[in-house]
Amino acid sequence: MAVLELINISKHFGAIQAVNDVSFAIEPGQVVGLMGDNGAGKSTLVKMIAGNFRQSEGTMRMDGAELIMHKPIDARQHGIEIVYQDLALCDNLSAAANVFLGRELRRGFGPIRILDYANMYKRAGQIFAELKSETRPRDLVKQMSGGQRQAVAIARTRLSEAKIVLMDEPTAAISVRQVAEVLNLIRNLRDQGIAVILISHRMPDVFDVADRVIVMRRGRKVADKSIGATSPEEVTGLITGAIEQLA
Amino acid sequence: MAITLDQTINQRQHNWLSSVLGSQTFWVLIAVILACIFLSFATDSFATTKNLYNITRNVTFVAIIALGMTLVIITGGIDLSVGSVLCLCSMILGVVMHAGYNIEIGIAASIATALAIGACHGILIAYIGMPPFVVTLGTLSIARSLAMVASGNTVVFQFGPDHDKLLALGGGAWFLGIANPVLYMIVLALLTGFVLRWTRFGRHVYAIGGNEHAATLTGVPVRLIKVAVYMISSLSAGIAGIIQTGWLGAITTNIGTGLELQVIAAAVIGGAALAGGVGTALGALVGAALIEVIRNSLGLLGINAFWQGCFIGGAILFAVLFDRLRNLRQSDN
Repeated sequence: MAVLELINISKHFGAIQAVNDVSFAIEPGQVVGLMGDNGAGKSTLVKMIAGNFRQSEGTMRMDGAELIMHKPIDARQHGIEIVYQDLALCDNLSAAANVFLGRELRRGFGPIRILDYANMYKRAGQIFAELKSETRPRDLVKQMSGGQRQAVAIARTRLSEAKIVLMDEPTAAISVRQVAEVLNLIRNLRDQGIAVILISHRMPDVFDVADRVIVMRRGRKVADKSIGATSPEEVTGLITGAIEQLA
Repeated sequence: MAITLDQTINQRQHNWLSSVLGSQTFWVLIAVILACIFLSFATDSFATTKNLYNITRNVTFVAIIALGMTLVIITGGIDLSVGSVLCLCSMILGVVMHAGYNIEIGIAASIATALAIGACHGILIAYIGMPPFVVTLGTLSIARSLAMVASGNTVVFQFGPDHDKLLALGGGAWFLGIANPVLYMIVLALLTGFVLRWTRFGRHVYAIGGNEHAATLTGVPVRLIKVAVYMISSLSAGIAGIIQTGWLGAITTNIGTGLELQVIAAAVIGGAALAGGVGTALGALVGAALIEVIRNSLGLLGINAFWQGCFIGGAILFAVLFDRLRNLRQSDN
């Protein structure tokens, strides 16, 4: 059964139709590349799934039940984790502190509860090991490479039983070697049965890691194909409008 | 021998020694200690019980407010109103007690005033989105004006039936001959240090200063925490006002004039970064101590008091410059 299902979703801001009648479904353990030019409606669509906006029309279903969210934190409670494009990291805090930001572990009893540093370092270390990332929990994020910063942001999604991870341009601003690291992190999530929506401009990354690609243009879904059945040339044509639409 | 992933992850890059040596607070503390040693030898009057008693007590008023200010600065804000809030809270205490109420009611009224002012700051800044500089600049003017209104711009020096209790509270030395204000300072510093290091609230204060947007996205109650830090800042000014009133035994509408700059200087010398995200309770104390030692030593060394501003200003610039140079060196590596 699909973990997330979008049915006839539309969003307009005043007279501007940002997303127009989009439907698709994602299975657990599937990586879906979401592509489109700037202004194609990708970000708006993602923000609806992330709980930042309510859709104007249509419904979203999660595990078959209707999904209604009012603010970004609701998404997390439903098992939707988001890795933001700017990663939403605090440079002045340690990697572990960033992973647990807003969900700090505490110990003690009654009203006196103090931060449980030991367990946060330990748990963060375990997650980095699972993600096969050389990231030290005690280091400040300020001193980290782009790939490590991505690992910290992705580690957040592993704290809870996430069902879907949305990643907004995770490979946009990092080096070639680090891109490979991030793609491995994505495969890692997939292998654990998590559905991943990868928003990206980079064709090689999507073709490398995704099972399916959804292309948007001017608010509409113009293609939804398995990676094996399409080619970078075709996707480029769909993004630019050289190819009008696939059924 | 191959290094496994687990070893890399568990490796600690910095031990406690390198993190101590890397902190601005530590070097300022060294400067304070060196200055004290130098002054003990250079003058006969520095290392006397009376002078040390004076220094420690003088430090406290700036240091207590610097603790609250440090919290505000860590979130990336600023509170310019503390000098005027101190004056208003002192005056409320004085006027209420002068009218014949007991000391508990006086202190309660004073603290309630401080918290109300802080809550107004926090709401205007966090919910309405006004800049902290402007909001607290407004209060800088308003609070002192209200103090003048409350007192008719007179000196209050009679505090009703509990007059002696108030003077003992601020002027006494109840424990091992240590001046009471110093005891309050130590307790408040330990409390602030604990909150910053060990509570979720403290962690979130740092997170807001580091990246406010990230804090919001990860579910940190950013607005509530901002209101709380401005309330704590005003509260620290109110507490300092109450203690100072007891110590001086009289209140004029001039007390605390220009204090905000000394307090901000103390926090910054102690390592708090005005850009937010960095600062400690110990730093606030050490910064306040350095300022007071400079002031005290200039007097003892017979240097004209007009030079005081130059030395304190120089200390601010030097402390921040030193930190900047250290960071440059680190990022080169």
